[in-house]
Formats: sequence, C-alpha cells, structure tokens
Amino acid sequence: MNPGVHDMLSAWGPQAGHVAWLWNVFLAICTVVFVALMVALFMALRRAPRIDAPEPPDLGTVNVPEPRLRRSVATAAAITILGLLALLVASVFTDRALARLPLQDAVNIQVTGHQWWWSVKYVDGAVSETFETANEIHVPVGRAVVVQLAAADVIHSFWIPSLAGKRDLIPGRSATLAFRADQPGIYRGQCAEFCGLQHAFMAFEVHAHPPAEYERWRRLQVATAAEPAEAQAQRGKQLFQSVSCAMCHTIQGTLAQGKKAPDLTHLASRRTIAAGTLPNTAGNLASWIADPHRHKPGVTMPAIPMSGEDLAAIVAYLGTLQ
Amino acid sequence: MKGRLAGLLLVAATLAACEREQRHFAAETQNATGGETAVRRSTNQPGMALGGMVKLADRNISMYDDNAYAVNEGKRLYRWYNCSGCHANGGGSIGPALMDSQWVYGSDPRSIFDTIVQGRPNGMPSFGGHIPEDQVWRIVAYVRSMGGGLRTDVAPSRTDSLYPGKPENFRSPQPAIQKGASQAELALEPR
Repeated sequence: MNPGVHDMLSAWGPQAGHVAWLWNVFLAICTVVFVALMVALFMALRRAPRIDAPEPPDLGTVNVPEPRLRRSVATAAAITILGLLALLVASVFTDRALARLPLQDAVNIQVTGHQWWWSVKYVDGAVSETFETANEIHVPVGRAVVVQLAAADVIHSFWIPSLAGKRDLIPGRSATLAFRADQPGIYRGQCAEFCGLQHAFMAFEVHAHPPAEYERWRRLQVATAAEPAEAQAQRGKQLFQSVSCAMCHTIQGTLAQGKKAPDLTHLASRRTIAAGTLPNTAGNLASWIADPHRHKPGVTMPAIPMSGEDLAAIVAYLGTLQ
Repeated sequence: MKGRLAGLLLVAATLAACEREQRHFAAETQNATGGETAVRRSTNQPGMALGGMVKLADRNISMYDDNAYAVNEGKRLYRWYNCSGCHANGGGSIGPALMDSQWVYGSDPRSIFDTIVQGRPNGMPSFGGHIPEDQVWRIVAYVRSMGGGLRTDVAPSRTDSLYPGKPENFRSPQPAIQKGASQAELALEPR
C-alpha cells in the first residue's frame, strides 16, 4: 500500500512551500554560525599553551590591555544581532505569505480531533449536501481548503507535513488552517501533540484529486449507505443496528446513529481503519472488531464478545459500504 | 521493631494502591453475570430492539470499586450513552436522582447492574446486549461514586465541563448508599 507522502522538505502546495523556504533560511544561517563557532573553537584549542612546549610561554604581554579582543567581541555581537534580525524578518515574511493564500471558492471542512481519530465534516452548501467521514480528507487539486479545527477531549495538533504547517486543537477553542494541494496524490497526516496512549497511531490521509474525480467522490459520500444484497450482509446490518456497534457509530440511512465514534457510512471506500493503523481489509476489520485493544491498547472501542458467525456477518456488511 | 512494622505497612499500602492505577484494557471473560435468564422490564431499547433474555449480575460486588481508571471510564460512558439525558449529572430530571438517599430499585452494585441491563418501567431503557457487561460494571462503579459510595481516592475529581456542585470525590455517602466494601477489604475478611 502506498504509504502517502510525509515529508516537510518536499512541498506539494504553496503553504508547505513557504514553511520549507523558512526552514532552509534557518538551516543556512544556523549552519554558517555553527561552522564559524567550530572554527573559532578549533583555533583557540590550537593556540592554547601545551604541556610539552619546548619553550616557556612568553608572559611579557600579560599585563598589557587587549584592544583587539574588545573589537572582536563587538564585531561578533553585531553579527549575531544581524543574524537574528535576518531570521526575524524571514519569519515575519513567511507568516505574511501564509496568511495571503487566496481563499476564493474554498472547500470548507470541520475537523475534530478525538482520542485517537479524526472526524471530518464537509460543511459546504445546503444541509443536504453536508456529510461526515473519518480519518480521510479528500480535496480537489488547485482549490484552497479551509479547515476549522476543534478538539473533543484533549489537545491534539493537525499536521500534514507535505501540505501545511501544524495547528493545535485546544478544547474549548476554535482554530483554522488553510492549505492547497497543487498535485494529485496521497499525503499522510499525523497528530503532532502528545494526546495519550495511542497518540502515535492517530494518523489520517489527505487525498488530492482532479476536480471531476473529487466531485464524483463527493456525490458518493453524500448518499446514504446502500442496502446489502446478500443474506449474510443483511444479517450483519441487523446485528450492527442492534448490538453495541450502534451505540457509538453512525451509518446514514440505518438506525445506527451513535455520534461518539467514526461515521461508517462509506467505510469500505476508505484505505485504512483505526486512524491509519491498519489497511482496510476484511481480515484486519474482523481482528479489530474482535479485540481493538490488541492493535491499540487503551482505545475507547470495547471488545465485544460475539460468535465467529456474527462477526463474519458484520464484517461482510461493512464490506458493502462503498 | 516499630520501624520494621512501619516498613511492612508502607509496602502493604503501596501494593493496595496498585489496583487503583491498574488499567484493564481487555474485557474480563467472566464479568460476574449469570446466563441469559432474565426478562427485559422495558420495551425501550437503544438502536434496533433485541429479543430474548438478558444476563443479570451473579454477585453483589462491584469489581471496579477500587479502580480509578475504570470509574473515570464509567463517567465518560455515563455521558456517551446519554444516561445524563434523563438523570442529568446525578441530580435527576426526567429520570430519578442518583446521588440522594431515595433508591426505587436499590443502590447496591447488583441492583444497579440489573436496572441498567433489564430496564425499569416508565422509561428506563433496557441496555442488556447493547452495552458490553464490562462497560456496565464501569458505569455501576461510577453511579455509586455519584452519591459518595466510593473511596475518595478512587472517585473522579473535577469534571471537564462546567458543573457547580461538588466533584464525586468530595461527596459524603447518603444514608441509603453504603460506603462500598472494596475488594482489598473483602480479601482481608475471613470467609
């Protein structure tokens, strides 16, 4: 499976480009400072008196004041201030460039961080055009995306290294982040603020599509879940609505309307389950439902004791949710 | 001699505190329930209704009374499963209060478990088969903490949301809610 681009140095959109440029400026200036310091240190070590020196050190100038030292300290201080000023100016200009991303015709998304997954809500257009998904954000290439961020429990941080900088999600506060993807592809994102036991497994994906393909995906997501045709999947649907699944999960078009866990209306169209932890295959899905704590200890989804037959029926039903 | 005794007591106290911090992720296979023998006492059920019988508690002991993590999980589930929709923060609204001394169906762990699983007439839904037993036990432990029935070092402290009352670990037990005998204490008793 293509793991997705996860590299802040190769920018795939304007926002990440500005951040990468700032990083390069910092790297260049800091490298010059580091090399200069190392050279000075090496020279000082070379000039130090040696224990096996053949002649005794010349102490004739010990009591004479050293004008050159004062001059060099002043020069070094001036260069340091200039260097810091250069970094400050670069930082201010980067912030300005980040804030000037044109937002006409932007896609508006609400992303909420939960322990340990992301809910994604597309809020453009009439209410009938809005829909919810989880851990997978699809965007059209070349159009700005405005993400409204919120946290449901603790502090998280939303980070797509190849597309934009980080933005913290703080409970009780709102934040926004705008980005644009200029090339189609899959970009990996990750929670970047320690948020509990499974912080490392709180990933997501951004899929950038050409506009026509994005529109096709959007139409599919707006639709309610299809009715399963096979008997086993139909039984899985009954089970899903009556046992513990429906207490937390939603499948639009069914009685399952829990709002505490990822929306599973189009689960089969996603690449991963459990916030980028496992590839979305029938085997992984069954293993995950049978005991989520084997894959992500401490996750809020409980292990639900059920027969293998029931488990297979539920997995078969989830497989039909294209 | 005195020093050695104090040392022993210190070790015992430290060991007793282990259970408070333990996080049980895997659901226990034996969740202190019997077979599916009891009828539902309510037609209300979340999601799609299940037919058949439900499992009742087979012991009058709350296995999570000593475990702070489980009680906090119970507190989260109390809101997730919308217990708060009728019982509010324990003061009651459509449903009866859970922090006073009036208990229609009993305040001991077994009664609370059975009430959640079977449901009760006039509104309390039957959650048997909808909420895993392990989670029901966590909710039972939390419900007991609402009236001050748990040790103060186990009961949850301040809530994340705005709440004007005392936190659970600052409440003293009401006459009807006996201070729970913890599993550590029960282990010391001769049987």
